[in-house]
Amino acid sequence: MLDYITSYLSDTVKVTPGQVGNVFWIVVYIFIVFGGVSVAVIAMNWLERKALAHFQIRLGPMRVGPHGLLQPIADALKLFTKEDIIPSAADKLVFWIAPLIILCASFTTYIVVPFGPTHAITDLNIGILFMLGVSSLSVLGVVMAGWASNSHYPLIGALRSSAQMVSYEIAMGLAVVSAVLMTSLNAAGTGTLSMIGIVRAQQAQHVWFLFKFFPLGLIAFVIFAIAMIAETNRAPFDLPEAESELTAGFHTEYSGLRWSLFMLGEYAAMIAVSSIAVTLWLGGWMRPFPNALTGDTWDAVFSLFPGLTFLGLAAICFVGVARMPKHPYFRVQTIGLAGFGAVLGLIGLVLFAPPVRDRIQDIYWFVAKVGVFMYLYIWYRATFPRYRFDQLMKVGWKVLLPIALGVLIATAVWGVLV
Amino acid sequence: MTPVATTFFFYFLAAVTVISGLLVITQRNAVHSALALILSLLGQAALYLMLYAPFVAGVQIILYAGGIMVLFLFVIMLVSIEQQQKEEQFNKLWVVGVLAAVALGGLFVGVYVKGKALFSGPVLPFSEPSNTQQIAVLLYGNYMFAFEIASLLLLVAIIGAVVMAKKRI
Repeated sequence: MLDYITSYLSDTVKVTPGQVGNVFWIVVYIFIVFGGVSVAVIAMNWLERKALAHFQIRLGPMRVGPHGLLQPIADALKLFTKEDIIPSAADKLVFWIAPLIILCASFTTYIVVPFGPTHAITDLNIGILFMLGVSSLSVLGVVMAGWASNSHYPLIGALRSSAQMVSYEIAMGLAVVSAVLMTSLNAAGTGTLSMIGIVRAQQAQHVWFLFKFFPLGLIAFVIFAIAMIAETNRAPFDLPEAESELTAGFHTEYSGLRWSLFMLGEYAAMIAVSSIAVTLWLGGWMRPFPNALTGDTWDAVFSLFPGLTFLGLAAICFVGVARMPKHPYFRVQTIGLAGFGAVLGLIGLVLFAPPVRDRIQDIYWFVAKVGVFMYLYIWYRATFPRYRFDQLMKVGWKVLLPIALGVLIATAVWGVLV
Repeated sequence: MTPVATTFFFYFLAAVTVISGLLVITQRNAVHSALALILSLLGQAALYLMLYAPFVAGVQIILYAGGIMVLFLFVIMLVSIEQQQKEEQFNKLWVVGVLAAVALGGLFVGVYVKGKALFSGPVLPFSEPSNTQQIAVLLYGNYMFAFEIASLLLLVAIIGAVVMAKKRI
Protein backbone atom coordinates (compact mmCIF):
# COMPACT_ATOMS: atom_id res chain seq x y z
CA MET A 1 0.00 0.00 0.00
CA LEU A 2 2.73 2.43 1.03
CA ASP A 3 4.77 1.45 -2.01
CA TYR A 4 1.73 2.12 -4.16
CA ILE A 5 1.44 5.62 -2.69
CA THR A 6 5.14 6.49 -2.89
CA SER A 7 5.60 5.04 -6.37
CA TYR A 8 4.01 8.14 -7.88
CA LEU A 9 6.37 10.47 -5.99
CA SER A 10 9.57 9.15 -7.57
CA ASP A 11 11.34 11.56 -9.88
CA THR A 12 10.95 9.32 -12.90
CA VAL A 13 7.17 9.91 -13.04
CA LYS A 14 6.58 12.88 -15.29
CA VAL A 15 2.83 12.56 -15.90
CA THR A 16 -0.39 13.22 -14.06
CA PRO A 17 -1.80 10.72 -11.56
CA GLY A 18 -4.70 9.99 -13.89
CA GLN A 19 -2.34 8.80 -16.61
CA VAL A 20 -0.43 6.58 -14.22
CA GLY A 21 -3.73 5.26 -12.91
CA ASN A 22 -2.72 5.76 -9.27
CA VAL A 23 -6.10 5.93 -7.55
CA PHE A 24 -4.75 7.26 -4.25
CA TRP A 25 -3.15 10.32 -5.81
CA ILE A 26 -6.13 10.86 -8.11
CA VAL A 27 -8.34 11.16 -5.03
CA VAL A 28 -5.82 13.43 -3.31
CA TYR A 29 -5.60 15.68 -6.36
CA ILE A 30 -9.39 15.81 -6.67
CA PHE A 31 -9.65 16.96 -3.07
CA ILE A 32 -6.88 19.54 -3.54
CA VAL A 33 -8.30 20.94 -6.76
CA PHE A 34 -11.94 21.04 -5.65
CA GLY A 35 -11.01 22.44 -2.24
CA GLY A 36 -8.78 25.03 -3.90
CA VAL A 37 -11.53 26.05 -6.30
CA SER A 38 -14.03 26.41 -3.47
CA VAL A 39 -11.60 28.60 -1.53
CA ALA A 40 -10.93 30.61 -4.68
CA VAL A 41 -14.68 31.13 -5.12
CA ILE A 42 -14.94 32.42 -1.55
CA ALA A 43 -11.95 34.71 -2.06
CA MET A 44 -13.37 35.89 -5.39
CA ASN A 45 -16.68 36.71 -3.72
CA TRP A 46 -14.92 38.99 -1.23
CA LEU A 47 -12.60 40.48 -3.84
CA GLU A 48 -15.48 41.24 -6.21
CA ARG A 49 -17.47 43.09 -3.56
CA LYS A 50 -14.41 45.01 -2.38
CA ALA A 51 -13.08 45.87 -5.85
CA LEU A 52 -16.53 46.86 -7.16
CA ALA A 53 -17.01 49.06 -4.11
CA HIS A 54 -13.68 50.77 -4.68
CA PHE A 55 -14.50 51.27 -8.37
CA GLN A 56 -17.62 53.08 -7.22
CA ILE A 57 -15.82 55.00 -4.46
CA ARG A 58 -17.45 53.06 -1.65
CA LEU A 59 -15.83 51.04 1.10
CA GLY A 60 -17.64 47.75 0.54
CA PRO A 61 -17.91 45.22 3.36
CA MET A 62 -16.10 46.55 6.42
CA ARG A 63 -17.95 45.16 9.44
CA VAL A 64 -17.27 41.42 9.60
CA GLY A 65 -13.58 40.99 10.26
CA PRO A 66 -10.88 43.47 9.26
CA HIS A 67 -11.82 45.00 5.90
CA GLY A 68 -14.70 42.54 5.67
CA LEU A 69 -12.36 39.56 5.26
CA LEU A 70 -14.79 37.25 7.06
CA GLN A 71 -17.81 38.50 5.12
CA PRO A 72 -18.00 35.45 2.79
CA ILE A 73 -18.10 33.15 5.82
CA ALA A 74 -20.87 35.21 7.38
CA ASP A 75 -22.74 35.14 4.08
CA ALA A 76 -22.34 31.38 3.82
CA LEU A 77 -23.69 30.90 7.35
CA LYS A 78 -26.64 33.13 6.56
CA LEU A 79 -27.41 31.17 3.39
CA PHE A 80 -27.18 27.84 5.21
CA THR A 81 -29.64 28.89 7.88
CA LYS A 82 -32.13 30.58 5.56
CA GLU A 83 -35.48 28.99 4.86
CA ASP A 84 -35.44 26.93 1.70
CA ILE A 85 -38.52 27.82 -0.29
CA ILE A 86 -39.87 25.73 -3.15
CA PRO A 87 -42.79 27.38 -4.97
CA SER A 88 -45.95 25.28 -4.67
CA ALA A 89 -46.47 25.24 -8.45
CA ALA A 90 -42.87 24.26 -9.14
CA ASP A 91 -41.80 20.96 -10.61
CA LYS A 92 -40.11 19.65 -7.43
CA LEU A 93 -37.69 17.14 -8.93
CA VAL A 94 -36.41 19.36 -11.74
CA PHE A 95 -36.27 22.34 -9.39
CA TRP A 96 -34.14 20.26 -7.05
CA ILE A 97 -31.75 18.89 -9.68
CA ALA A 98 -31.10 22.11 -11.65
CA PRO A 99 -28.54 23.73 -9.28
CA LEU A 100 -26.77 20.40 -8.87
CA ILE A 101 -26.34 20.11 -12.65
CA ILE A 102 -24.80 23.56 -12.90
CA LEU A 103 -22.50 22.80 -9.97
CA CYS A 104 -21.44 19.38 -11.28
CA ALA A 105 -20.90 20.69 -14.82
CA SER A 106 -18.62 23.49 -13.70
CA PHE A 107 -16.66 21.38 -11.22
CA THR A 108 -16.22 18.37 -13.52
CA THR A 109 -14.28 20.51 -16.01
CA TYR A 110 -11.45 20.83 -13.48
CA ILE A 111 -10.51 17.19 -14.10
CA VAL A 112 -8.39 18.24 -17.09
CA VAL A 113 -7.22 21.73 -16.06
CA PRO A 114 -3.40 21.58 -16.20
CA PHE A 115 -1.95 23.45 -13.24
CA GLY A 116 1.44 22.06 -14.21
CA PRO A 117 2.92 19.25 -16.32
CA THR A 118 2.23 16.83 -13.45
CA HIS A 119 -0.28 18.90 -11.50
CA ALA A 120 -3.56 17.91 -13.08
CA ILE A 121 -6.03 15.23 -12.08
CA THR A 122 -5.65 13.61 -15.46
CA ASP A 123 -4.78 14.44 -19.04
CA LEU A 124 -7.41 13.36 -21.52
CA ASN A 125 -6.72 12.96 -25.20
CA ILE A 126 -9.80 15.13 -25.83
CA GLY A 127 -9.03 17.59 -23.00
CA ILE A 128 -10.29 20.85 -24.50
CA LEU A 129 -13.28 19.14 -26.13
CA PHE A 130 -14.16 17.63 -22.77
CA MET A 131 -14.00 21.03 -21.08
CA LEU A 132 -16.19 22.71 -23.70
CA GLY A 133 -18.64 19.82 -23.73
CA VAL A 134 -19.08 19.50 -20.01
CA SER A 135 -19.31 23.25 -19.47
CA SER A 136 -21.97 23.42 -22.20
CA LEU A 137 -24.09 21.11 -20.03
CA SER A 138 -24.57 23.94 -17.55
CA VAL A 139 -27.03 25.47 -20.04
CA LEU A 140 -29.30 22.57 -19.17
CA GLY A 141 -29.21 23.53 -15.52
CA VAL A 142 -30.20 27.10 -16.39
CA VAL A 143 -33.05 25.98 -18.63
CA MET A 144 -34.30 23.47 -16.06
CA ALA A 145 -34.18 26.03 -13.26
CA GLY A 146 -36.10 28.55 -15.31
CA TRP A 147 -38.77 26.10 -16.39
CA ALA A 148 -39.19 24.28 -13.08
CA SER A 149 -39.77 27.51 -11.17
CA ASN A 150 -43.07 27.87 -13.08
CA SER A 151 -42.90 31.63 -12.99
CA HIS A 152 -42.52 34.32 -15.62
CA TYR A 153 -39.22 36.00 -14.82
CA PRO A 154 -37.24 32.77 -14.48
CA LEU A 155 -38.71 31.42 -17.73
CA ILE A 156 -37.77 34.55 -19.68
CA GLY A 157 -34.35 34.54 -18.03
CA ALA A 158 -33.80 30.91 -18.95
CA LEU A 159 -34.89 31.50 -22.57
CA ARG A 160 -32.51 34.41 -22.91
CA SER A 161 -29.73 32.54 -21.24
CA SER A 162 -30.01 29.41 -23.34
CA ALA A 163 -30.16 31.46 -26.55
CA GLN A 164 -27.15 33.46 -25.47
CA MET A 165 -25.06 30.51 -24.33
CA VAL A 166 -25.81 28.43 -27.41
CA SER A 167 -24.96 31.36 -29.72
CA TYR A 168 -21.70 32.30 -28.06
CA GLU A 169 -20.60 28.69 -27.78
CA ILE A 170 -20.13 28.67 -31.57
CA ALA A 171 -17.81 31.68 -31.71
CA MET A 172 -15.99 30.29 -28.68
CA GLY A 173 -15.55 26.90 -30.31
CA LEU A 174 -14.18 28.42 -33.53
CA ALA A 175 -11.66 30.52 -31.57
CA VAL A 176 -10.57 27.38 -29.71
CA VAL A 177 -10.21 25.47 -32.98
CA SER A 178 -7.86 28.11 -34.39
CA ALA A 179 -5.67 27.70 -31.30
CA VAL A 180 -5.78 23.91 -31.60
CA LEU A 181 -4.80 24.29 -35.26
CA MET A 182 -1.64 26.08 -34.16
CA THR A 183 -0.54 23.05 -32.15
CA SER A 184 -0.33 21.04 -35.38
CA LEU A 185 2.52 23.18 -36.73
CA ASN A 186 5.27 20.94 -35.37
CA ALA A 187 7.72 18.57 -36.94
CA ALA A 188 5.32 15.61 -36.88
CA GLY A 189 2.47 17.73 -38.24
CA THR A 190 -0.10 16.38 -35.79
CA GLY A 191 -2.07 18.58 -33.45
CA THR A 192 -3.51 17.72 -30.09
CA LEU A 193 -6.62 18.43 -28.05
CA SER A 194 -5.04 17.53 -24.73
CA MET A 195 -4.66 20.48 -22.37
CA ILE A 196 -1.14 19.50 -21.36
CA GLY A 197 -0.28 18.81 -25.00
CA ILE A 198 -1.39 22.32 -26.00
CA VAL A 199 0.90 23.95 -23.43
CA ARG A 200 3.74 21.66 -24.47
CA ALA A 201 3.18 22.72 -28.10
CA GLN A 202 3.60 26.37 -27.07
CA GLN A 203 6.74 25.37 -25.19
CA ALA A 204 8.10 23.57 -28.25
CA GLN A 205 7.29 26.45 -30.62
CA HIS A 206 8.79 29.02 -28.22
CA VAL A 207 5.77 31.30 -28.38
CA TRP A 208 2.49 31.84 -26.57
CA PHE A 209 -0.33 31.27 -29.03
CA LEU A 210 -1.46 34.80 -28.16
CA PHE A 211 1.48 36.13 -30.21
CA LYS A 212 1.60 33.38 -32.81
CA PHE A 213 0.85 34.58 -36.38
CA PHE A 214 0.39 38.08 -35.00
CA PRO A 215 -2.37 39.36 -34.99
CA LEU A 216 -4.34 36.15 -35.69
CA GLY A 217 -3.70 34.59 -32.30
CA LEU A 218 -4.56 37.84 -30.60
CA ILE A 219 -7.89 38.17 -32.46
CA ALA A 220 -8.85 34.58 -31.64
CA PHE A 221 -7.99 35.23 -28.02
CA VAL A 222 -10.09 38.41 -27.90
CA ILE A 223 -13.06 36.55 -29.42
CA PHE A 224 -12.69 33.85 -26.80
CA ALA A 225 -12.34 36.43 -24.04
CA ILE A 226 -15.61 38.09 -25.10
CA ALA A 227 -17.46 34.82 -25.66
CA MET A 228 -16.39 33.41 -22.31
CA ILE A 229 -18.00 36.33 -20.49
CA ALA A 230 -21.24 35.69 -22.35
CA GLU A 231 -20.92 31.96 -21.62
CA THR A 232 -20.70 32.55 -17.89
CA ASN A 233 -23.56 35.11 -17.93
CA ARG A 234 -21.46 37.88 -16.47
CA ALA A 235 -21.72 41.63 -16.99
CA PRO A 236 -21.93 43.20 -19.57
CA PHE A 237 -23.69 40.10 -20.95
CA ASP A 238 -25.66 39.27 -17.79
CA LEU A 239 -29.03 39.55 -19.51
CA PRO A 240 -30.35 36.28 -18.05
CA GLU A 241 -30.23 37.90 -14.64
CA ALA A 242 -30.76 41.54 -15.59
CA GLU A 243 -31.98 42.93 -12.28
CA SER A 244 -33.82 45.88 -13.73
CA GLU A 245 -35.94 43.72 -16.03
CA LEU A 246 -36.10 40.19 -14.65
CA THR A 247 -35.52 40.52 -10.88
CA ALA A 248 -32.81 37.85 -10.83
CA GLY A 249 -33.47 35.89 -14.02
CA PHE A 250 -33.49 32.13 -13.93
CA HIS A 251 -32.80 31.84 -10.20
CA THR A 252 -35.47 34.28 -9.01
CA GLU A 253 -37.41 31.58 -7.16
CA TYR A 254 -34.37 30.04 -5.51
CA SER A 255 -33.34 30.87 -1.98
CA GLY A 256 -30.88 29.84 0.68
CA LEU A 257 -28.55 26.95 0.01
CA ARG A 258 -29.83 26.22 -3.50
CA TRP A 259 -29.23 29.81 -4.56
CA SER A 260 -25.70 29.63 -3.17
CA LEU A 261 -25.11 26.51 -5.29
CA PHE A 262 -25.92 28.62 -8.37
CA MET A 263 -23.41 31.23 -7.27
CA LEU A 264 -20.77 28.58 -6.55
CA GLY A 265 -21.34 27.05 -9.98
CA GLU A 266 -21.16 30.42 -11.71
CA TYR A 267 -17.87 31.41 -10.10
CA ALA A 268 -16.39 27.94 -10.62
CA ALA A 269 -17.36 28.18 -14.30
CA MET A 270 -15.69 31.60 -14.52
CA ILE A 271 -12.44 30.15 -13.19
CA ALA A 272 -12.77 27.15 -15.52
CA VAL A 273 -13.17 29.20 -18.73
CA SER A 274 -10.38 31.53 -17.62
CA SER A 275 -8.11 28.52 -17.26
CA ILE A 276 -9.05 27.44 -20.79
CA ALA A 277 -7.97 30.86 -22.04
CA VAL A 278 -4.73 30.69 -20.04
CA THR A 279 -3.95 27.20 -21.32
CA LEU A 280 -4.69 27.93 -24.95
CA TRP A 281 -3.20 31.38 -25.43
CA LEU A 282 -1.14 32.40 -22.43
CA GLY A 283 1.25 29.50 -22.11
CA GLY A 284 -0.47 27.67 -19.25
CA TRP A 285 1.93 26.94 -16.45
CA MET A 286 5.03 28.43 -18.13
CA ARG A 287 6.74 31.33 -16.44
CA PRO A 288 7.05 34.64 -18.35
CA PHE A 289 9.85 34.82 -20.94
CA PRO A 290 10.92 31.16 -20.78
CA ASN A 291 13.08 31.52 -23.89
CA ALA A 292 14.23 35.18 -23.72
CA LEU A 293 15.45 35.15 -20.14
CA THR A 294 17.00 31.70 -19.95
CA GLY A 295 19.69 30.25 -17.74
CA ASP A 296 19.88 29.12 -14.14
CA THR A 297 20.03 32.68 -12.80
CA TRP A 298 16.72 33.69 -14.34
CA ASP A 299 15.17 30.35 -13.34
CA ALA A 300 16.20 31.07 -9.77
CA VAL A 301 14.88 34.64 -9.93
CA PHE A 302 11.48 33.57 -11.27
CA SER A 303 11.23 30.73 -8.78
CA LEU A 304 11.32 33.31 -5.96
CA PHE A 305 8.04 34.89 -7.11
CA PRO A 306 5.59 32.59 -5.23
CA GLY A 307 7.31 33.23 -1.91
CA LEU A 308 7.63 36.96 -2.59
CA THR A 309 3.92 37.18 -3.44
CA PHE A 310 2.92 35.66 -0.13
CA LEU A 311 5.42 37.88 1.74
CA GLY A 312 3.90 40.86 -0.05
CA LEU A 313 0.39 39.84 1.03
CA ALA A 314 1.70 39.44 4.58
CA ALA A 315 3.24 42.93 4.38
CA ILE A 316 -0.14 44.33 3.28
CA CYS A 317 -1.74 42.62 6.28
CA PHE A 318 0.81 44.15 8.65
CA VAL A 319 0.28 47.61 7.15
CA GLY A 320 -3.42 47.02 7.81
CA VAL A 321 -2.60 46.07 11.40
CA ALA A 322 -0.60 49.27 11.85
CA ARG A 323 -3.46 51.35 10.44
CA MET A 324 -6.17 49.73 12.58
CA PRO A 325 -7.94 52.15 14.92
CA LYS A 326 -6.40 51.94 18.39
CA HIS A 327 -9.71 51.38 20.13
CA PRO A 328 -10.36 48.40 22.43
CA TYR A 329 -13.35 47.51 20.21
CA PHE A 330 -10.97 46.66 17.36
CA ARG A 331 -8.51 44.63 19.45
CA VAL A 332 -9.76 41.18 18.36
CA GLN A 333 -9.81 42.21 14.72
CA THR A 334 -6.27 43.60 14.93
CA ILE A 335 -4.95 40.43 16.52
CA GLY A 336 -6.78 38.33 13.94
CA LEU A 337 -5.37 40.33 11.04
CA ALA A 338 -1.86 40.09 12.50
CA GLY A 339 -2.31 36.33 12.84
CA PHE A 340 -3.54 36.06 9.23
CA GLY A 341 -0.52 38.08 8.10
CA ALA A 342 1.80 35.83 10.10
CA VAL A 343 0.28 32.71 8.48
CA LEU A 344 0.67 34.23 5.01
CA GLY A 345 4.30 35.17 5.80
CA LEU A 346 4.99 31.67 7.05
CA ILE A 347 3.56 30.17 3.85
CA GLY A 348 5.77 32.59 1.92
CA LEU A 349 8.86 31.42 3.80
CA VAL A 350 7.97 27.76 3.22
CA LEU A 351 7.65 28.50 -0.50
CA PHE A 352 11.29 29.64 -0.57
CA ALA A 353 12.50 26.13 0.33
CA PRO A 354 14.07 24.66 -2.86
CA PRO A 355 12.07 21.38 -3.08
CA VAL A 356 8.77 23.18 -2.50
CA ARG A 357 9.81 26.00 -4.82
CA ASP A 358 10.45 23.65 -7.73
CA ARG A 359 7.14 21.84 -7.34
CA ILE A 360 4.97 24.86 -6.72
CA GLN A 361 6.20 27.17 -9.51
CA ASP A 362 3.96 25.83 -12.28
CA ILE A 363 0.88 26.10 -10.12
CA TYR A 364 1.83 29.63 -9.10
CA TRP A 365 2.17 30.94 -12.65
CA PHE A 366 -1.01 29.24 -13.79
CA VAL A 367 -3.01 30.61 -10.88
CA ALA A 368 -1.48 34.06 -11.31
CA LYS A 369 -2.59 34.19 -14.95
CA VAL A 370 -6.08 32.97 -14.05
CA GLY A 371 -6.16 35.60 -11.31
CA VAL A 372 -5.62 38.34 -13.90
CA PHE A 373 -8.73 37.09 -15.73
CA MET A 374 -10.75 37.03 -12.55
CA TYR A 375 -9.80 40.66 -11.91
CA LEU A 376 -10.78 41.50 -15.51
CA TYR A 377 -14.22 39.99 -14.87
CA ILE A 378 -14.72 42.44 -12.01
CA TRP A 379 -13.31 45.28 -14.06
CA TYR A 380 -15.73 44.61 -16.95
CA ARG A 381 -18.62 44.46 -14.54
CA ALA A 382 -17.69 47.84 -13.09
CA THR A 383 -17.02 49.45 -16.47
CA PHE A 384 -19.45 48.35 -19.16
CA PRO A 385 -23.20 48.95 -19.28
CA ARG A 386 -25.39 45.93 -20.00
CA TYR A 387 -26.13 45.07 -23.63
CA ARG A 388 -29.65 44.96 -24.99
CA PHE A 389 -30.73 41.49 -26.07
CA ASP A 390 -30.81 42.21 -29.81
CA GLN A 391 -27.42 43.90 -29.55
CA LEU A 392 -26.09 40.84 -27.78
CA MET A 393 -27.32 38.53 -30.53
CA LYS A 394 -25.99 40.89 -33.19
CA VAL A 395 -22.53 40.88 -31.63
CA GLY A 396 -22.54 37.12 -31.30
CA TRP A 397 -23.78 36.16 -34.75
CA LYS A 398 -22.81 39.07 -37.00
CA VAL A 399 -19.50 40.17 -35.50
CA LEU A 400 -17.80 37.42 -33.49
CA LEU A 401 -18.82 34.45 -35.64
CA PRO A 402 -17.62 35.83 -39.03
CA ILE A 403 -14.39 37.13 -37.52
CA ALA A 404 -13.76 33.79 -35.83
CA LEU A 405 -14.37 31.96 -39.10
CA GLY A 406 -12.04 34.35 -40.93
CA VAL A 407 -9.33 33.91 -38.31
CA LEU A 408 -9.68 30.14 -38.52
CA ILE A 409 -9.26 30.15 -42.32
CA ALA A 410 -6.40 32.67 -42.17
CA THR A 411 -4.62 30.58 -39.53
CA ALA A 412 -4.96 27.48 -41.68
CA VAL A 413 -3.63 29.29 -44.77
CA TRP A 414 -0.74 30.85 -42.87
CA GLY A 415 0.07 27.49 -41.30
CA VAL A 416 0.24 25.84 -44.70
CA LEU A 417 2.40 28.63 -46.19
CA VAL A 418 4.95 28.78 -43.36
CA MET B 1 -3.04 1.30 -17.30
CA THR B 2 -5.59 -1.38 -16.44
CA PRO B 3 -9.31 -0.70 -16.61
CA VAL B 4 -11.04 -0.38 -13.23
CA ALA B 5 -14.22 -2.36 -12.51
CA THR B 6 -15.12 -2.51 -16.18
CA THR B 7 -17.98 -4.99 -15.96
CA PHE B 8 -19.69 -3.10 -13.19
CA PHE B 9 -19.45 0.19 -15.08
CA PHE B 10 -20.72 -1.36 -18.28
CA TYR B 11 -23.85 -2.75 -16.63
CA PHE B 12 -24.36 0.46 -14.65
CA LEU B 13 -24.13 2.68 -17.74
CA ALA B 14 -26.21 0.29 -19.81
CA ALA B 15 -28.89 0.31 -17.11
CA VAL B 16 -28.84 4.13 -16.99
CA THR B 17 -29.17 4.33 -20.77
CA VAL B 18 -31.98 1.79 -21.06
CA ILE B 19 -34.00 2.95 -18.05
CA SER B 20 -33.84 6.61 -19.05
CA GLY B 21 -34.69 5.56 -22.59
CA LEU B 22 -37.83 3.88 -21.22
CA LEU B 23 -38.61 7.01 -19.21
CA VAL B 24 -38.51 9.06 -22.42
CA ILE B 25 -41.54 7.24 -23.81
CA THR B 26 -43.44 6.68 -20.55
CA GLN B 27 -43.35 10.19 -19.06
CA ARG B 28 -46.48 12.24 -19.73
CA ASN B 29 -44.65 15.52 -19.20
CA ALA B 30 -42.69 16.42 -22.34
CA VAL B 31 -39.95 18.24 -20.41
CA HIS B 32 -39.36 15.18 -18.25
CA SER B 33 -39.09 13.09 -21.40
CA ALA B 34 -36.50 15.46 -22.83
CA LEU B 35 -34.48 15.36 -19.61
CA ALA B 36 -34.58 11.57 -19.58
CA LEU B 37 -33.39 11.61 -23.18
CA ILE B 38 -30.44 13.77 -22.14
CA LEU B 39 -29.56 11.28 -19.42
CA SER B 40 -29.79 8.47 -21.94
CA LEU B 41 -27.48 10.32 -24.35
CA LEU B 42 -24.98 10.96 -21.56
CA GLY B 43 -25.03 7.25 -20.71
CA GLN B 44 -24.27 6.52 -24.35
CA ALA B 45 -21.38 8.99 -24.28
CA ALA B 46 -19.95 7.19 -21.26
CA LEU B 47 -20.29 3.86 -23.08
CA TYR B 48 -18.31 5.33 -25.99
CA LEU B 49 -15.62 6.28 -23.49
CA MET B 50 -15.55 2.67 -22.30
CA LEU B 51 -15.00 1.60 -25.91
CA TYR B 52 -11.87 3.82 -25.97
CA ALA B 53 -13.52 6.30 -28.34
CA PRO B 54 -13.10 9.55 -26.39
CA PHE B 55 -13.60 11.83 -29.39
CA VAL B 56 -17.01 10.37 -30.24
CA ALA B 57 -17.97 10.65 -26.57
CA GLY B 58 -16.94 14.30 -26.43
CA VAL B 59 -18.78 15.16 -29.62
CA GLN B 60 -21.85 13.29 -28.36
CA ILE B 61 -21.89 15.43 -25.21
CA ILE B 62 -21.29 18.73 -27.03
CA LEU B 63 -23.70 18.18 -29.90
CA TYR B 64 -26.53 16.09 -28.49
CA ALA B 65 -26.62 16.76 -24.77
CA GLY B 66 -25.32 20.33 -24.90
CA GLY B 67 -26.64 21.60 -28.23
CA ILE B 68 -29.58 19.80 -29.76
CA MET B 69 -31.32 18.87 -26.52
CA VAL B 70 -31.09 22.46 -25.28
CA LEU B 71 -32.91 23.57 -28.43
CA PHE B 72 -35.51 20.80 -27.86
CA LEU B 73 -36.06 21.98 -24.30
CA PHE B 74 -36.20 25.55 -25.55
CA VAL B 75 -39.21 24.69 -27.68
CA ILE B 76 -40.93 22.31 -25.25
CA MET B 77 -40.69 24.85 -22.43
CA LEU B 78 -42.99 27.20 -24.32
CA VAL B 79 -45.70 24.55 -24.74
CA SER B 80 -48.44 24.61 -22.15
CA ILE B 81 -47.81 21.43 -20.20
CA GLU B 82 -51.12 21.33 -18.28
CA GLN B 83 -53.21 21.14 -21.41
CA GLN B 84 -50.93 18.56 -22.97
CA GLN B 85 -51.11 16.24 -19.97
CA LYS B 86 -54.91 15.98 -20.19
CA GLU B 87 -54.85 15.03 -23.85
CA GLU B 88 -55.43 11.46 -24.98
CA GLN B 89 -52.79 9.80 -27.08
CA PHE B 90 -54.06 10.38 -30.58
CA ASN B 91 -52.10 8.08 -32.83
CA LYS B 92 -53.27 4.47 -32.92
CA LEU B 93 -50.29 2.92 -34.67
CA TRP B 94 -49.58 0.30 -32.02
CA VAL B 95 -49.63 -2.58 -34.55
CA VAL B 96 -46.78 -0.95 -36.47
CA GLY B 97 -45.01 -0.26 -33.19
CA VAL B 98 -45.20 -3.88 -32.07
CA LEU B 99 -44.00 -5.10 -35.48
CA ALA B 100 -41.03 -2.72 -35.41
CA ALA B 101 -40.16 -3.73 -31.87
CA VAL B 102 -40.34 -7.44 -32.74
CA ALA B 103 -38.15 -6.90 -35.81
CA LEU B 104 -35.54 -4.96 -33.81
CA GLY B 105 -35.69 -7.50 -30.99
CA GLY B 106 -35.21 -10.33 -33.46
CA LEU B 107 -32.19 -8.57 -34.86
CA PHE B 108 -30.71 -8.16 -31.37
CA VAL B 109 -31.33 -11.81 -30.52
CA GLY B 110 -29.74 -12.82 -33.80
CA VAL B 111 -26.66 -10.72 -33.13
CA TYR B 112 -26.47 -12.11 -29.59
CA VAL B 113 -26.66 -15.73 -30.78
CA LYS B 114 -24.38 -15.41 -33.79
CA GLY B 115 -22.26 -12.56 -32.37
CA LYS B 116 -19.22 -14.72 -31.63
CA ALA B 117 -18.97 -15.74 -35.26
CA LEU B 118 -19.72 -12.32 -36.73
CA PHE B 119 -17.28 -10.29 -34.64
CA SER B 120 -13.86 -11.72 -33.91
CA GLY B 121 -12.72 -10.99 -30.38
CA PRO B 122 -12.17 -7.58 -28.79
CA VAL B 123 -10.15 -5.47 -31.20
CA LEU B 124 -8.94 -1.96 -30.60
CA PRO B 125 -8.68 -0.31 -34.03
CA PHE B 126 -6.87 2.76 -32.72
CA SER B 127 -5.02 3.21 -29.47
CA GLU B 128 -6.77 5.62 -27.12
CA PRO B 129 -4.09 8.38 -27.12
CA SER B 130 -4.19 8.81 -30.93
CA ASN B 131 -7.93 8.24 -31.37
CA THR B 132 -8.72 11.83 -32.37
CA GLN B 133 -5.87 12.04 -34.86
CA GLN B 134 -6.93 8.75 -36.47
CA ILE B 135 -10.52 9.94 -36.85
CA ALA B 136 -9.26 13.14 -38.46
CA VAL B 137 -7.12 11.18 -40.91
CA LEU B 138 -10.08 8.99 -41.86
CA LEU B 139 -12.60 11.83 -42.17
CA TYR B 140 -10.41 14.30 -44.02
CA GLY B 141 -8.31 11.73 -45.86
CA ASN B 142 -9.91 8.44 -46.91
CA TYR B 143 -13.55 9.47 -46.69
CA MET B 144 -13.26 13.16 -47.44
CA PHE B 145 -15.73 13.12 -50.34
CA ALA B 146 -18.48 11.40 -48.33
CA PHE B 147 -17.81 13.70 -45.40
CA GLU B 148 -18.10 16.83 -47.53
CA ILE B 149 -21.33 15.58 -49.12
CA ALA B 150 -22.79 15.00 -45.68
CA SER B 151 -21.86 18.50 -44.55
CA LEU B 152 -23.31 19.96 -47.77
CA LEU B 153 -26.58 18.13 -47.09
CA LEU B 154 -26.70 19.59 -43.62
CA LEU B 155 -26.04 23.07 -45.01
CA VAL B 156 -28.89 22.69 -47.47
CA ALA B 157 -31.18 21.58 -44.64
CA ILE B 158 -30.18 24.62 -42.56
CA ILE B 159 -30.81 27.04 -45.42
CA GLY B 160 -34.13 25.35 -46.15
CA ALA B 161 -35.18 25.71 -42.52
CA VAL B 162 -34.30 29.40 -42.53
CA VAL B 163 -36.20 29.99 -45.78
CA MET B 164 -39.29 28.19 -44.47
CA ALA B 165 -39.22 29.91 -41.07
CA LYS B 166 -38.74 33.48 -42.25
CA LYS B 167 -41.41 35.20 -44.28
CA ARG B 168 -39.15 38.00 -45.43
CA ILE B 169 -35.42 37.45 -45.81
